[in-house]
Formats: sequence, C-alpha cells, structure tokens
Amino acid sequence: MSAHKGLNLTLKVWRQQSQKEKGQMETYQVSDISPDSSFLEMMDILNEQLIEEGKEPVAFDHDCREGICGMCSMYINGEAHGPGRGITTCQLHMREFNNGDTIYIEPWRAKAFPVIKDLMVDRSAFDRIMAAGGFVSVNTSGNTQDANAIPIEKHKADQAFDAATCIGCGACVASCKNASAMLFVSAKVSQFALLPQGQVEAKERVQNMVKVMDEEGFGNCSNTGACEVECPKGISLDNIARMNREYLSASIKGE
Amino acid sequence: MSWVKNTFSSSIGRKFAMALSALFLMFFLLQHFAINITSVFSAEVFNDLSHFMGTNPVVQFALQPILIIAVVYHFVMGFVLEAKNKGAREVKYAMNKGQANSTWFSRNMIYSGLVVLAFLALHFYDFWIPEISTKYIDGDMSGLMANGDFRYYEEMVEKFHDPLRTGFYVLAFVLLAMHLLHGFQSAFQSIGARHPKYTPGIKKLGNIFAIAIPAGFIFIALFHHLTSH
Repeated sequence: MSAHKGLNLTLKVWRQQSQKEKGQMETYQVSDISPDSSFLEMMDILNEQLIEEGKEPVAFDHDCREGICGMCSMYINGEAHGPGRGITTCQLHMREFNNGDTIYIEPWRAKAFPVIKDLMVDRSAFDRIMAAGGFVSVNTSGNTQDANAIPIEKHKADQAFDAATCIGCGACVASCKNASAMLFVSAKVSQFALLPQGQVEAKERVQNMVKVMDEEGFGNCSNTGACEVECPKGISLDNIARMNREYLSASIKGE
Repeated sequence: MSWVKNTFSSSIGRKFAMALSALFLMFFLLQHFAINITSVFSAEVFNDLSHFMGTNPVVQFALQPILIIAVVYHFVMGFVLEAKNKGAREVKYAMNKGQANSTWFSRNMIYSGLVVLAFLALHFYDFWIPEISTKYIDGDMSGLMANGDFRYYEEMVEKFHDPLRTGFYVLAFVLLAMHLLHGFQSAFQSIGARHPKYTPGIKKLGNIFAIAIPAGFIFIALFHHLTSH
C-alpha cells in the first residue's frame, strides 16, 4: 500500500454519443485516487462510479496497457498522452498530478480521425495508408531466404529499427497544429526504404502512401516538431526529411 | 507533364516549393541588406550599386521576375496551406499546450508572415512602384535628379523622415526575425536536407541569420531616421 494520500480531482471529459451527434465537455469529480494508479485505472474508477450512479461510462480505447499496442489515446491537459515524455496514456501515472487538479481529457482531434464515441476515434485512415504501400511483397516460390544472408550496415539497421518502433497511436496527428500524419507515414516509409528488402518497391511505396495520406484529409507538415516531442516512441524528424527526399526523388525518377 | 502537376499539388511537393521560394527570398534578403548597409557609410557607393541593380538587364529581367514569382507563390501558398491545415482539425481542443512541444515562432508563421506581407505592400508603394513608373512608364533610365546627382540615396533617406513609417519598418523586421527563426531551418528540413553532422550547424546559422539581418535593416532605418533631419 502506498503511503501517499489519495487524490481528489476534477475531470473535464469530452462526451459524444456518436460520430453524427455533437459532443460537449462534462465535469466529474473523483476522490481518493491512488497516486500509484495509472491514468487508465483512474478512468476505470470513474467509469465504475458512473455505472453506480446509473450513468453511461466513458468510452475510451485501450488494450495492452503496457505501452506497446498504441490503442490508448486521449489528449490530457493539452498534450497527447498527457504530461511526460516517451510514454503512452497507460504508462502515465496519477503521481504526475496534484490533489485538487482539474484535468482536461479529450479525444484526438483531426478531421481524418472522426470521433466514434466519447474519447474513441476512428484511426482506420492509418490502416488505409499502410494498405497503400506499408509492406514488402514476398513472392516466395518454395524456399524462403535466410534473413541474415543479406548484409546490412549496422547504422541503417538501427535507423530502420528505430522507425519500426512506431506503434501507430496517432499522437503525432493529435499534437500537430495542422493534424499532419507526416511522422507516422515517414516512419513507415523509412523502415522499409532503409533496408534492401524494402528498396525494391521504395518509389511506388512513398508515392502511394503520400497520395492516400493527402486524400485522407491530414494537414501539411510545417516542421514545428511537436510530433517528435509527443511521440511515445521517440520517432525522429529525420524520418520526415528522409520521406521528403524519397518522395521528391521518386517523383523525378519514378515511372 | 502530369507528374509535375501531381508532385506540386501533393503535401510534400508544396512544402518543397514553399522551401525553394523561401531559400530564394532569404538569398535576396542577404543581397538587399549588403547593398543597403553601404548607405550608412557612403551615399555614393549606395547610389552606384542601386543604379546597377536598377538597370542591369540580368537583374531586371531574369532575377526580378523570379523574385516576384517567389514572393507571390510564397504568400499565396502560405494562405492555401494555412486554410487546408485549419480544415484538417474541425473541432479545436478545449485545452491545448502548444508551448510544451514547439516554439511560438513555428506555430505562428501565418501571423508573422501577414505582418511581413503588409510591410511588403508599403515597401512596394514606397520604392518599387515609383521605380517601375520612373523607369518603364516615364522611360527615364538615367537614375538622375534635376541637379545631375543620382536620386536613389535622396529618395530613400526622404522616406525615413516619417517616424510612423520608420516605426512600422522596425516592427515588420522584428516579425521577420520571428518568421526566419523557424523558417530558415524549416526550409532545409522541407527539402530533405537533414543530417546529424550538418543540421546543428544549419540551425545555428539560421538563428544568426534570423537575428542579424533584420537587426541590420532596423539599424539602417533608424540610422537614416535619426541622421537625416
């Protein structure tokens, strides 16, 4: 048991019945929240309280609760995944807050991420971008080649790995003042473009993924760098510069 | 040529074109400053350089049209992108802490840009339109006043008599500095020029450029305002 005293908090939570209906901020009080509980556990406590009061619980996305699935979203006190760096909402703990605090909890805001209900948004635009090119075609004819048979420079393998740690949570879009998806798309473009297996389809990949990104209604990148700061996986702006190079070179040299 | 159209109507292509026009405008700013600063030391050198720039066919008929295209593209596309970006988030956050993850300059390029645009309108009214009118409508390419001296220095100094105009010039250059504090390094990022070896240097150079050049222009404006009475 923690020696800390429980926290009494005022929560301002976005409630929205469905995509078609208008939403609004609602105010709730929660009391005696353990500073050791995670933010999602605090939300669970709020929901149990709402159920007991005969009200509808707040809908929010979550799955693994260990910072790897990318499901938990929430814009907390004006930042994606709340205060703290390199964490998702499930890794945010209530010790980051003080007794008596008011906490704003909102869904990701982007035209391309419509609200499904309350704090849940539809991030399938990311799936459609991935389907447009976020893969390597492996046309096997019986034998699969050993992955280690192709020599890859260590620093390139490291950069590709770093890009591949993107969990597609959408914090970059939520944090960007333009709701741009450049950090996500550039991470996905980079993880393939840096490796020999991905270079075969590199030109079509970047063109197709950027085309779908634009069609989905994400904004344009203005290099504020907010995405990089708020990204739970520390995806670097280097990837956006690489995607810019890949795209411009594909436009000139591609089919 | 549909690939050209496709490229420059994409998000990345537009940012690339914004960056190219920005790089040209920054180069222009540097040479404009290099010429103007001579006015502090020597009216004669300033007059000679102004006459050369105002009558040289390469400057007038190759560089000037590029400059005008760059200026117009940069602000028109600035508005287009701003409108698109605003449209990409229809419902705003009730609570948003932009200052936690980005600089004020980077988030407010449209406002610093608008002040610079208003300045450009005044600057064109002050200098560019009279120049074009004298040279290409009246046909007077001599650059001389009635007394036989070059007119450029006199015309410039006369403009800075007015404290209101001088004040607005100073304000616009402060906003230009803010625009450049983000814009310089952003232009390199947009064209994909980013490397762990060079990017820290580009950012430092950008900060020096963003402060030194506007500060230099402010110095010139104040110098002529204070010494020309």
